[in-house]
Amino acid sequence: MGTAEQVRPRGGTSHVARAAGLLVAVGVLVFVFVLSLWVGTRDIPFAETWQVLLHDDGSDEAVIIHDLRVPRGLMGLLVGGALGLAGALMQALTRNPLADPGLLGVEMGASAAVVVAIAFTGVTSVTGYIWFAFAGAAAASVVVYVLGSSGRSAATPERLVLAGAAITAVLVAFVSAVLVLDAEAFNSFRFWNVGALAGRKMDAVTQVAPFILVGVGLALGLARSLNVLALGDHTGKALGANLGRTRALGALAVTLLCGAATAAAGPIAFIGLTIPHVARMIAGSDQRWVLPYSIVLAPILLIGADVVGRVVIAPAELQVGIVTAFLGAPVFIALCRRRKLAHL
Amino acid sequence: MKVRGRVVRTRHVSFRFADRTVLVSLALLLAVIGVGLVTLTSGDFELTVAEVANSLIGRGDGASDFIVLTLRLPRLLTGILVGIALAVSGGILQGLSGNPLASPDILGFVQGSATGAILVIVLVDGGMAEVGAGALVGGVATSVVVYLLAFKQGVQGFRLILIGIGVSFIMLSLNQYLITRASLSDAIAAQAWQVGGLNGRGWDHVRVVGSAVAVLLPLALYFGRRLALLEMGDATARGLGVDAERTRFALIAISVGLAAVATAAAGPVSFLALAAPQLARRLTGSAGAGLVPAALMGALLLVAGDLAVQRLFSPAQLPVGIATGAIGGLYLIWLLAHEWRRGIAR
Repeated sequence: MGTAEQVRPRGGTSHVARAAGLLVAVGVLVFVFVLSLWVGTRDIPFAETWQVLLHDDGSDEAVIIHDLRVPRGLMGLLVGGALGLAGALMQALTRNPLADPGLLGVEMGASAAVVVAIAFTGVTSVTGYIWFAFAGAAAASVVVYVLGSSGRSAATPERLVLAGAAITAVLVAFVSAVLVLDAEAFNSFRFWNVGALAGRKMDAVTQVAPFILVGVGLALGLARSLNVLALGDHTGKALGANLGRTRALGALAVTLLCGAATAAAGPIAFIGLTIPHVARMIAGSDQRWVLPYSIVLAPILLIGADVVGRVVIAPAELQVGIVTAFLGAPVFIALCRRRKLAHL
Repeated sequence: MKVRGRVVRTRHVSFRFADRTVLVSLALLLAVIGVGLVTLTSGDFELTVAEVANSLIGRGDGASDFIVLTLRLPRLLTGILVGIALAVSGGILQGLSGNPLASPDILGFVQGSATGAILVIVLVDGGMAEVGAGALVGGVATSVVVYLLAFKQGVQGFRLILIGIGVSFIMLSLNQYLITRASLSDAIAAQAWQVGGLNGRGWDHVRVVGSAVAVLLPLALYFGRRLALLEMGDATARGLGVDAERTRFALIAISVGLAAVATAAAGPVSFLALAAPQLARRLTGSAGAGLVPAALMGALLLVAGDLAVQRLFSPAQLPVGIATGAIGGLYLIWLLAHEWRRGIAR
């Protein structure tokens, strides 16, 4: 897309500084990931953790690390990155700072499909839910996208946002009505709905990973077009950008990322909404930097919160959704006060 | 911009209104009255319109007096007032931020109210009035904190929104934590409050919400006329003789007050504050935040939702917020689809 070449949104810092910042963030992410393998209810010394990780000797410790902690950490990496990226995409597509991945109806579409699966088809395994969640997420986002377009032309930000909010409200009503009327379904559903990384097995990780990786590739490829989108519809069109194609591909990427993340870990709200703002505060409004920053920062928060949740009320665990907001929100507020806010 | 509509001039004030806005408002008012009549007459104990009318003017018999005046009328009035309060609150915030997603929730409001209510339930085991007071205090206190955190040589709308999001997530996770730590009966009571609803609302609620709406609604309409000027930017507004910062503060305070009272009376009713102003805007075809049609739309959505909850799902206790979400959401979808078809036809 040659025209996008001329479009360089102003950012606060130089490319070198932003690349260095991204490297530091990746370093922190690696540190947190290693921490998540080491810290837990069962005390395993660091050296032993390391050794067992490299040589699976079949001991209790090896089983704990290979079957519990590694899948859990990987899941945090995938889900966190997917949610952060989906949030950044959503906000860029709708040019709305309040947009979160849940808004395209994706999360509620997934929830509604899982409820249908539980209440009417008798599917009970998490691996069975994933496909339903996916189908629901895709269906909801297609409906939102079609409603959000104004017939002749491609979707506009305000209509997308409203259509998403409306579909979400209706699906919430549907889910609640089914759950109120069917106590048995409620009991199965609430375990999925908690929004947790715990108890996710390696096969769940390998099941969602391809979708998330495709979504990541698609999203990163769109970064330039999103920069053009940020200039507004008129300017974008004048520059020769295909806005409809960008929005459609963006919506597809959000569905893949968010559908997979929601299917795997249940709805986790805070990350998709706030991480992109943090990314913009650090990296400016250039999407070519905002998207990678969002991918790296989000799992730091999610895995970090998961680790803290294991420690604070040990031997019990605090749900990762609760800890994420407790840890992330104060930092987020402080950043909002300190930094110059980067608009979309 | 072409100025349309009629102009009314008296000696002291003159104002303009658009024909379509008046028509839509009248239609909404009629719809509220219609749903209200159905609510008053139908139910487990059917009454005729004549019996209801007799009770309303003080000439009914004992049974219908009890059903109409003690059970159904206060519930209906609370619904209307709460609907008005939430819709106006949302309309103001949407106008201020220029964002269709803005609603009292984003100022940390609903989550703060819930924290107040849950604390009262868990710590002092309070009754309905104490829980309502706790919600009021919690909501207002949270909003004040958000406003102060966002204040930095004046309040910028965007920063206010972001900080509101941050604070409301803290309150939300605090609520979840409190509920997981509470005893089972407290947790159930807290959950019941969070579900919201109009069950068992009596004249006390009508008096509280009614007096708040009576004071704040005229203020909202008065300041609301300046919203259109604020949307032009602070500098322009100042040039036109509006103190931008003070007007914004007044509008936020009014919006918070309305949301506080509504939430204290009926618990959190989701989606209404977002949907009502948007629906009203699409019906009247006006660009600005028409607060009067928005208020009527809010009242209609809430009483219609309450009617659906009472009659359609009756043994199950479905929260009214769910019904308003379904009705408002479907209606908004229908409007969008309608515009979509028109777009194709063009």
